[in-house]
Amino acid sequence: MEEKFGVPRDPSYLIKALQNIQTKKGYIPFEDAVEVAEYLGVPLTRVFGVATFYEQFRLKPRGKYVIRVCQGTACHVKGSKTLLDFLRDFLGVDIGDTTEDGLFTIERVACLGACALAPAVEVNGTIYGKMDPDKLRELIIELKEAERNGEQKN
Amino acid sequence: MASRKIKSIEDLKNLREEGLKKWEESLKSGVTFVVGYGTCGIAAGADEVLNAVQELASGSKVVKVGCIGMCWAEPLLDVVYPDGMRVSYMAVDRDRAEQIVESALKGEVYEKGIVGVIDLRHELFGEPERQFPYPRLWDHEFYKKQVRIVLKNCGIVDPESITDYIALGGYSALAKAVLEMTPEQVIEEIKTSGLRGRGGAGFPTWLKWKFLRDAKGKVKYLICNADEGDPGAFMDRATIEGDPHSVIEGMLIAAYATGATKGYIYIRAEYPLAVKRISKAIEDARKLGLLGKNILGTKFSFDIEIREGAGAFVCGEETALMASIEGKRGVPRPRPPYPAEKGLWGKPTNINNVETYANVPKIIANGGKWYAQYGTEKSKGTKVFALAGKVNRTGLIEVPMGITLREIIFEIGGGIIGGKKFKAVQIGGPSGGCIPEQLVDIPVDYESLTSAGAIMGSGGMVVMDETTCMVDVAKYFLTFTQAESCGQCVPCREGTKRMLDILVNITEGRAKMEDLHTLEWLAVNVSKASLCGLGKTAPTPVLSTIRYFRDEYMAHIVDKRCPAGVCKALVSYYIDPSMCRGCSLCARNCPVGAIYKEGNVFKIDQDKCIRCGSCVSSCPFGAIKTEGVA
Ligand SMILES: Cc1cc2nc3c(=O)[nH]c(=O)nc-3n(C[C@H](O)[C@H](O)[C@H](O)COP(=O)(O)O)c2cc1C
Ligand code: FES
Repeated sequence: MEEKFGVPRDPSYLIKALQNIQTKKGYIPFEDAVEVAEYLGVPLTRVFGVATFYEQFRLKPRGKYVIRVCQGTACHVKGSKTLLDFLRDFLGVDIGDTTEDGLFTIERVACLGACALAPAVEVNGTIYGKMDPDKLRELIIELKEAERNGEQKN
Repeated sequence: MASRKIKSIEDLKNLREEGLKKWEESLKSGVTFVVGYGTCGIAAGADEVLNAVQELASGSKVVKVGCIGMCWAEPLLDVVYPDGMRVSYMAVDRDRAEQIVESALKGEVYEKGIVGVIDLRHELFGEPERQFPYPRLWDHEFYKKQVRIVLKNCGIVDPESITDYIALGGYSALAKAVLEMTPEQVIEEIKTSGLRGRGGAGFPTWLKWKFLRDAKGKVKYLICNADEGDPGAFMDRATIEGDPHSVIEGMLIAAYATGATKGYIYIRAEYPLAVKRISKAIEDARKLGLLGKNILGTKFSFDIEIREGAGAFVCGEETALMASIEGKRGVPRPRPPYPAEKGLWGKPTNINNVETYANVPKIIANGGKWYAQYGTEKSKGTKVFALAGKVNRTGLIEVPMGITLREIIFEIGGGIIGGKKFKAVQIGGPSGGCIPEQLVDIPVDYESLTSAGAIMGSGGMVVMDETTCMVDVAKYFLTFTQAESCGQCVPCREGTKRMLDILVNITEGRAKMEDLHTLEWLAVNVSKASLCGLGKTAPTPVLSTIRYFRDEYMAHIVDKRCPAGVCKALVSYYIDPSMCRGCSLCARNCPVGAIYKEGNVFKIDQDKCIRCGSCVSSCPFGAIKTEGVA
């Protein structure tokens, strides 16, 4: 059977198809949304309905490193807000936005499941527990340096 | 073994014996190193430990296991000696790993930082337990009052090995059910056990199964709810990461009992490791013929597919979850019809939580009566909780129902961090409530928690101390539910928004007393009028904090003061110039550079200050004061 976007031609795989696109490209480009609609035989409005309903999907490109600060209860009572405030101040961009150099995007995420090590932050899939502004600063500096030396971290 | 299929009970027994033999050989062949490699372990630095061990003990076996529950002590490294003694070390870093490995390779035991030891021969082969010259791990205060049924294998066996699971008796409950029992008998056994749903509402599991069994239709579905939406909970993640086959076996038994033909596991995308482990487990079970057609040589057929969520809390609600599996927006619909009548794609469906399914193989293997010996009159068995927040030992625990909150927080959890004062424990997440200190002796069971204004929920337990502001907690949950409301019904969409507005006004010192009354009125009515469980329960955190912490609300409203010092608009930090020695520690610790020098002393720029409190803890002279705090 023909497979596109890593899923069979069945409308119930719409979410999976969008997930696969986003894993590959970091966001859902308009052209891909159109193609998915055609392939699965659903209206484009449904594709966007789904893409905007679920927190996970992004319709514009993100930075190379997506820093996601956990907003779960455990992290909240252990001061995750301070981490967000710090990031906004340190990177100079707001939540959901990307730094000018295209390196960092700040995002919020509901519970990463690392509550016992709150507050937790995730960078491109790696979870860091017991974070504080100092450790975050170090991490960002490290990533920037790796970037300058042409290495890929995370 | 890969291409071999299990077609009979003999095949299963043979595989089990082979597994045990393999273990016996592996023990004899020298020391084995075990690294705690769940999400929590990795977040704490398990990779560093793993790399160190693999480097230094390149000839030895290194196993990665799921969470054993002691998240507070991560990263964990265990050494298994040829005699079956397993020594657990906590808070391991590269240096300590080197010393532990070096001793172990010489056949010695490194004695510093041992949390406890386990007799693995006892755990694996059921031999009588031996005494070792080190404390038993299970005697540690963290474990003493725990009863590990669901978590029995977690952190002990390799979750990626189906042979390990089978060697420990895995899939023998399935064999018992399918080969020796009728579906009705299975349901009866679950009834005897008293098992109730672990996903929140506590509905009797046997009854749900019976509804599906009695439902008409050839195609019936079974769903495992692994959406774990409660932000502050990780029981289901840890269960899947640590023992994925127990969930699959539970679903298989449920499918046999209910006549379901196909299963779905709906799991949140925020849990990539759990997705990976359950996918591998399904594949391995399929290879052995434990999933697919004619399971164990019988007429029974069943298979499971995984669907990943995409970050919507409401999709934990069963009707929304089914819409999401169908590839739609996760919008709930009114019930009835219940899923057992009209579920996934309009077909009869049963949906249970991860932990509910994980209990099933143990109940079938040991009998419903055995299970019912744990717990209380109406709440049988054990419950897994994710213990987090301001408690010394955060982690994953499994306790018999009926245990008191005091035992959980002060014995298992080791009390409050820094000896601070315990204030409340939040149970049940955004649908749950806060239980205050004066009720810390109530037993943990469905009815007691509900009458105290909380709910059992799925098992999130966040401990709060005197530095937590309860109005802020209520605001936090409302912010969450308000954002997660699907927007379909007015009471939930508009009601939670208005409630949040009021809470924001309270925390920013702009509210009047009548606002509190409006808030309570709204809470009651949003709860009554909303379409689904999200809206119906969203007011619970507000109502429970008002019920127990009305004085704190009053302090915000009347005195414009936040007693816990959390609500930023109501507190400010300043440096007492007579106490400042100009050492600059505070300025160096300030994450946003809000502290500057003026003359010989330091000052705080109120516009820049984010009230994080770093300066307070960094000042050796106690010169930094807060205004607006009790
Ligand atoms: C807003 C909302 C969120 C829910 N989230 C979850 C969840 O994350 N996990 C879960 O197992 N049940 C959740 N539930 C409960 C499910 O609807 C359902 O009752 C449960 O999965 C049934 O399984 P059980 O009988 O084994 O408890 C949620 C309910 C509501 C109203
Ligand atoms: S609350 Fe942050 S990881 Fe769960």
